[in-house]
Amino acid sequence: MAAVFPSSAMRLLLLAAAFALGAYLQARGVLPGIMRYWSDIVYLTPQHLELVAISGGIATAIGIPLGIVLTRGPVRPYANAITQFVNLGTTIPTLAILALAMSVLGIGAPSAIFGLVVLTLLPIVLNTVAGLRMVPAHLVEAARGMGMTSAQILFRVEIPNALFVMLAGLRTALAINVGTVPLAFLIGGGGLGELIFTGIDLMEPTMLLAGAIPTGILAILIDLLVGQCQYWLIPRGVNPLR
Amino acid sequence: MIRLEHVTKIFGSVMAVDGVDLEVPTGAVCVLLGPSGCGKTTTMKMINRLIPPTSGKIFIDGRDTAETDEVTLRRSIGYVIQQIGLFPNKTVEENICVVPDLLGWDRRKSRARAADLLSLVNLDPAIFLKRYPKELSGGQQQRVGVVRALAADPPVLLMDEPFGAIDPINREVIQDEFMKIQAELKKTVVFVSHDIDEAVKMASRIAIFRDGRLIQYGTPDTILAHPADPFVADFVGKDRTLKRLRLIKVRDAMMKDPPKVLGEDTLETAVARMREHGHISIVMVGPRGRARGMIRLDEAQGRKGAVSEHVEPLPGVIHIDDDLRNAVSMMFSHGANWLACVDNDGFYKGYVTQRGITQLLGASYRD
Repeated sequence: MAAVFPSSAMRLLLLAAAFALGAYLQARGVLPGIMRYWSDIVYLTPQHLELVAISGGIATAIGIPLGIVLTRGPVRPYANAITQFVNLGTTIPTLAILALAMSVLGIGAPSAIFGLVVLTLLPIVLNTVAGLRMVPAHLVEAARGMGMTSAQILFRVEIPNALFVMLAGLRTALAINVGTVPLAFLIGGGGLGELIFTGIDLMEPTMLLAGAIPTGILAILIDLLVGQCQYWLIPRGVNPLR
Repeated sequence: MIRLEHVTKIFGSVMAVDGVDLEVPTGAVCVLLGPSGCGKTTTMKMINRLIPPTSGKIFIDGRDTAETDEVTLRRSIGYVIQQIGLFPNKTVEENICVVPDLLGWDRRKSRARAADLLSLVNLDPAIFLKRYPKELSGGQQQRVGVVRALAADPPVLLMDEPFGAIDPINREVIQDEFMKIQAELKKTVVFVSHDIDEAVKMASRIAIFRDGRLIQYGTPDTILAHPADPFVADFVGKDRTLKRLRLIKVRDAMMKDPPKVLGEDTLETAVARMREHGHISIVMVGPRGRARGMIRLDEAQGRKGAVSEHVEPLPGVIHIDDDLRNAVSMMFSHGANWLACVDNDGFYKGYVTQRGITQLLGASYRD
């Protein structure tokens, strides 16, 4: 959390450094150069975010239920085998996944989204499983002994107590996701990758930066956002941050 | 009333509970006692069907538990476990209200009840209702654990070594608090323990288990005075007769209406009164009957004067609601063979002697 809430001295220092960097870049003419691509940035950022939102949403919608199922009675023994399979998504290089997806789904956003989902699924599933397994057995026993149904135990006891770890997984997943979306451009998925890769091809560093800097800022902002959710959404009793 | 009829549980090839018949009367505290692995916890968990019995029937107030929906059944039975199991994501108030909420009680009613219950265990509702379990000490957590089980006012309470993880000093305090609440609420309690002292203190009935079988079932005094076999005798300990001291109150063991003298009486009167009762000492009381001191026969004989001029301090004074264990301990620490017994106001009510206690304990072995 130190990264999100630095001490006030640290904060001042960071601000001063940012200001100095900005002044330096301005003097070198880099910032005005980047601003020439402003209309492109404004057009591509929503596209970028859309890819993040859709792929992240789908990965969450698959990952969390899958993680829950993996901790339920009948599936439990096979949980490790299944997480190993999900792990393949991270082991195979991202570009390879995108290339494979493109060969099946064709050029465009759908294959990009497919690739991103495969890539982000693992941290979500793993952390859901880990979070639920960390809930002490006696809590579940107490809940059952008091007359909760299995669904009530899951939603009122297990998930609230696993939520911190689960959200940490989501945070990792989204950080990976935002940083990988630029690759989507390579299979016609759009996003800020368009500026980055075109900049590389045209040997135009300012264009490259016009794509790379917003991508970095987006990654930081999304991480901050999930961090704040983690801080405020999780009850004080089970929140190590509060 | 809880009735177990030939209840058996087999895990794989292990006979965990073997044909147990047990009847716990309404309002009784039945302690299931035995070494670990003896089947006592399994027996308890079959009552709320956390563990399904392999065979046999269990009735609560005449109703077969197997015919009640298990969720409904459990909501009507209070449940306390050793690890306490307070939900860390809920406040103390929410924890206490879990079962009332499950039952769909009116929120205002259940929240008011949570506050009442907290005061019952000496926790200030204004301070503790909104706290989270991690902000409570172990003893406070277990108090909340106990009142949580009482929240929906269930007639039956199951407690699985509830005070096992608490330090000895706090354990005594919480046990006393629980006994006070139980004296008022008169729940039917099934209490699992491996601690004979706790059992003697809490139980109105003790059931001793070994290898899944119920070996002996009776009042604490019966178990201590007449263990059914060498195993029980060994389990309750070689000092079992001393443990019985705890079961007897001073008021039940003392000699009532004792002879006494007033400060203004003469020594002759005191000597005459001692002779009359065959005593070698007599207690001097104040004008309203408070125990003030004593006169010895050998000191008073042949002397003259008022009792108040020759009075000596009492060897020891014990409250009539103390148990005999404390009385004996006081006798040993004061080197006395008798103690004066007084009530709340200090009025002299009677005396206990070492010989009297010995005879009382011996009586149950002779018949």
